[in-house]
Amino acid sequence: MYEIVERRQLVPDHHVLTIHAPHVANKVQPGQFVILRSDEEGERIPLSVADFDREAGTVTSVFLEAGAATMKLARLETGGTIPTYMGPLGKASEVEPCGTVVLMGGCYGIGALYPIARAHRAAGNRVISILEAHTQWLLYWTERHQAIADEVYVMTSDGTAGERGLSFDKLTALLDGGLAPGLVYAIGCTFLMSSAAKLAEERDLNLKVALNTVMVDGTGMCGGCRCSAGGEPKFACVDGPEFDGRAVDWEGLMARRRAYRPQELATMRRLDSSGKLASSKPAGKGPHHG
Amino acid sequence: MAEPPSGKKVIDLVRRPMPAQPADERSHNFTEVALGYTLELASEEARRCLDCKMPRCMDGCPVNVDIPGFIRELAKGDLRGAISTLREHNLLPAVCGRVCPQENQCEAVCNLVKRGASVAIGRLERFVADAAAMDNMIEPPQPSPSTGKRVAVVGSGPAGLTCACDLLRLGHQVTIYEALHEPGGVLIYGIPEFRLPKHIVRREIDQIRAMGAEIVCDFVVGQSATLSELRAQFDAVFVGTGAGLPWFMGIPGENLVGVMSANEYLTRVNLLKAYQTGAATPVPKPRVAAVVGAGNVAMDAARTALRLGAKQVHIVYRRSRDEVPARLEEVEHAEEEGIIFDFLTLPVAFGGENGRLTTITCQKQQLGEPDERGRRSPVPIEGSEYDMPCDLVVMAIGQSPNPLIKNTTPDLQTSRRGTISADDKTGRTNLPGVFAGGDVVTGQATVILAMGAGRKAAASIDDWLRTGEWAIVEAEG
Ligand SMILES: Cc1cc2nc3c(=O)[nH]c(=O)nc-3n(C[C@H](O)[C@H](O)[C@H](O)COP(=O)(O)OP(=O)(O)OC[C@H]3O[C@@H](n4cnc5c(N)ncnc54)[C@H](O)[C@@H]3O)c2cc1C
Ligand SMILES: Cc1cc2nc3c(=O)[nH]c(=O)nc-3n(C[C@H](O)[C@H](O)[C@H](O)COP(=O)(O)OP(=O)(O)OC[C@H]3O[C@@H](n4cnc5c(N)ncnc54)[C@H](O)[C@@H]3O)c2cc1C
Ligand code: SF4
Ligand code: SF4
Ligand code: FES
Repeated sequence: MYEIVERRQLVPDHHVLTIHAPHVANKVQPGQFVILRSDEEGERIPLSVADFDREAGTVTSVFLEAGAATMKLARLETGGTIPTYMGPLGKASEVEPCGTVVLMGGCYGIGALYPIARAHRAAGNRVISILEAHTQWLLYWTERHQAIADEVYVMTSDGTAGERGLSFDKLTALLDGGLAPGLVYAIGCTFLMSSAAKLAEERDLNLKVALNTVMVDGTGMCGGCRCSAGGEPKFACVDGPEFDGRAVDWEGLMARRRAYRPQELATMRRLDSSGKLASSKPAGKGPHHG
Repeated sequence: MAEPPSGKKVIDLVRRPMPAQPADERSHNFTEVALGYTLELASEEARRCLDCKMPRCMDGCPVNVDIPGFIRELAKGDLRGAISTLREHNLLPAVCGRVCPQENQCEAVCNLVKRGASVAIGRLERFVADAAAMDNMIEPPQPSPSTGKRVAVVGSGPAGLTCACDLLRLGHQVTIYEALHEPGGVLIYGIPEFRLPKHIVRREIDQIRAMGAEIVCDFVVGQSATLSELRAQFDAVFVGTGAGLPWFMGIPGENLVGVMSANEYLTRVNLLKAYQTGAATPVPKPRVAAVVGAGNVAMDAARTALRLGAKQVHIVYRRSRDEVPARLEEVEHAEEEGIIFDFLTLPVAFGGENGRLTTITCQKQQLGEPDERGRRSPVPIEGSEYDMPCDLVVMAIGQSPNPLIKNTTPDLQTSRRGTISADDKTGRTNLPGVFAGGDVVTGQATVILAMGAGRKAAASIDDWLRTGEWAIVEAEG
């Protein structure tokens, strides 16, 4: 059993989860992830590491309520416990001196990006972070990014904060303005990453993405996380999650992510009707102005 | 003492059948298929054993269970004696009695096999183990006084569990590190409930805990700590991480949704309990399933698909019936349950719509000339390709060790196949204090071989802890 040091809603549907797990905290590096279960019947789900404190033995993730498993997670309270917390998994992000690094993140990626940005800064790179959200009240951790990055751009689809548009648009504009990054890093929904990949292709950018395939064990045992990168079969949990964005077969990846959509919906309906998703949902802090 | 088989003992050539759930019932449930002998059947079967002076059966058992010994005690009605004799050599008799390929091991060389009906050693072993457990007769082996030495065991499959148990018995302290959230290895995540009920595995693991082993789950060696870091904290390390990485064929369409490894399929069903209504973990519920391969893993996947409601389940195998590697009993059970065997058939592509599998394209094969090992290899018949509609393909064509430890321990010697190189007799690797055994060394083999390897390694670890000598004993001959 692992103690939930904090589970708090950051903005609607996004939560921060900090777990006391020294075995993970001791070793974790930016770019790695964990697999957890919210309860004994729960599904095993992978979450990226958004922060860690080796001394306190804690590890933090930011998660989005996407389906049944993450909804259950969102209903756990600070001070409670979860039965499974395994990791750190995957390879650490390769952080090398490479001049300017542009990091683009959306959704849970804003959190997942944070330790990677911090590591690049520590490696002496110039860090430009582009944070994207649909609207102003879905933005979080802007200050945290501002504290470590050289430049932070905020993009919202409706223009309510920062500039109107997607992180993709900002990157395009920066490139048009003559920026020549040594590395671009994209993490978030598959759409964000695959569109970054298109741009990388066109502009010949060195792009890293962190894939979020379906996973079961996270040790190379199930092959459920397999994807194709550079025409080679890869297991995202042991060969990744970080891959060269231009080499990934995006179409295949998206189809595989949707594999269980009909059953997931059925589970949600069942949990919903049995009341498991209804109770004790905290109101959260409400719209976040950041 | 039982009567020695003096001269003329009437030889009973009727092997007592195993009571089983009827095929049409069991193919819809996950309850155990083979129900186990009754006391009466077990006693009758035990009396068939000739208690041979030269019990060849024992040579066929990889851990040399004292087969005539435990059967003699059972025939006398001494259950306590029988279980303790069994457990001297085999820590998990309830498991082995169920899953050992007896027909290739102990029963293959029983002196009665020439007469057409070997003693049902596995079934008796299972009977003794189950009956003893029911009567709470199984006591954990008593540990020796503590030696103060500490050993890390990596992986909690049969190899790791056996090694841990023997080390505890010898008075060493043991910590078992397991990557998944529940210990047991393939016994928990792979072999289905209807063949090996999980409460049996849990019972055995509880005993090892009761003996004082600490079991740490969610701990991935190579990630949560490297092998060298463990080695620095412990006096010795045993690696029994199995051969879990599934192989795929590398043919077109393999990444379609609907094509998955047997490990993924079985793990969803077993470890994550997807067979229970209401489980959170989704599992595909196909109409027509095709399982590629014909080993135990393939039989398990096929029979699982049937139980989850598939209308039709095919085993697609490129060789013929004679080459099927699965246990005989599993093949027979699968046939009885209505699994369709497509022999001499090789998948060459998968087809789909909107990223989802809809068909499997197969090519017929014929058997060619025998190779050096006498196995006749399949040769494609050109132009024999055909399509079969299906909505689930489970790949069960083999697996090798995962790369987590190898990649993070560069000086550990491994083979090209990714297995750890370790001495056969002692489990010693090229790194002093590091031992390995089970599937991670041999590639996928059997439960009993993994247990044998765990046992040999434990003896060798004990030796090293006492003497500090690391000469690898050269294999004889
Ligand atoms: C290495 C790795 C790291 C991850 N890190 C994080 C993280 O830090 N925070 C986080 O919130 N999630 C992360 N994910 C994704 C997360 O694991 C899934 O959101 C989660 O498993 C969903 O489980 P569920 O049962 O709640 O939803 P499901 O019912 O399984 O999913 C609901 C629906 O949402 C879709 N969906 C879910 N997540 C995403 C996504 N990220 N992008 C696009 N579509 C999605 C699914 O395809 C599905 O259709 C990561 C995944 C991987 C493989
Ligand atoms: C579906 C299926 C059916 C089978 N049927 C039979 C049968 O009927 N009869 C038979 O004799 N054999 C059968 N086998 C084979 C048999 O199960 C294996 O040979 C045996 O389990 C090997 O034991 P092991 O201890 O070496 O490894 P495993 O049982 O594979 O256990 C290894 C353990 O190590 C863990 N691990 C892996 N990497 C790490 C790491 N880096 N850190 C920590 N832990 C790690 C794994 O999670 C696992 O729990 C079957 C196998 C399968 C998959
Ligand atoms: S352990 Fe397996 S091989 Fe040995 S006697 Fe028992 S069933 Fe036979
Ligand atoms: S060889 Fe057969 S008959 Fe002889 S002791 Fe062994 S099991 Fe009994
Ligand atoms: S998650 Fe199972 S192999 Fe990657």
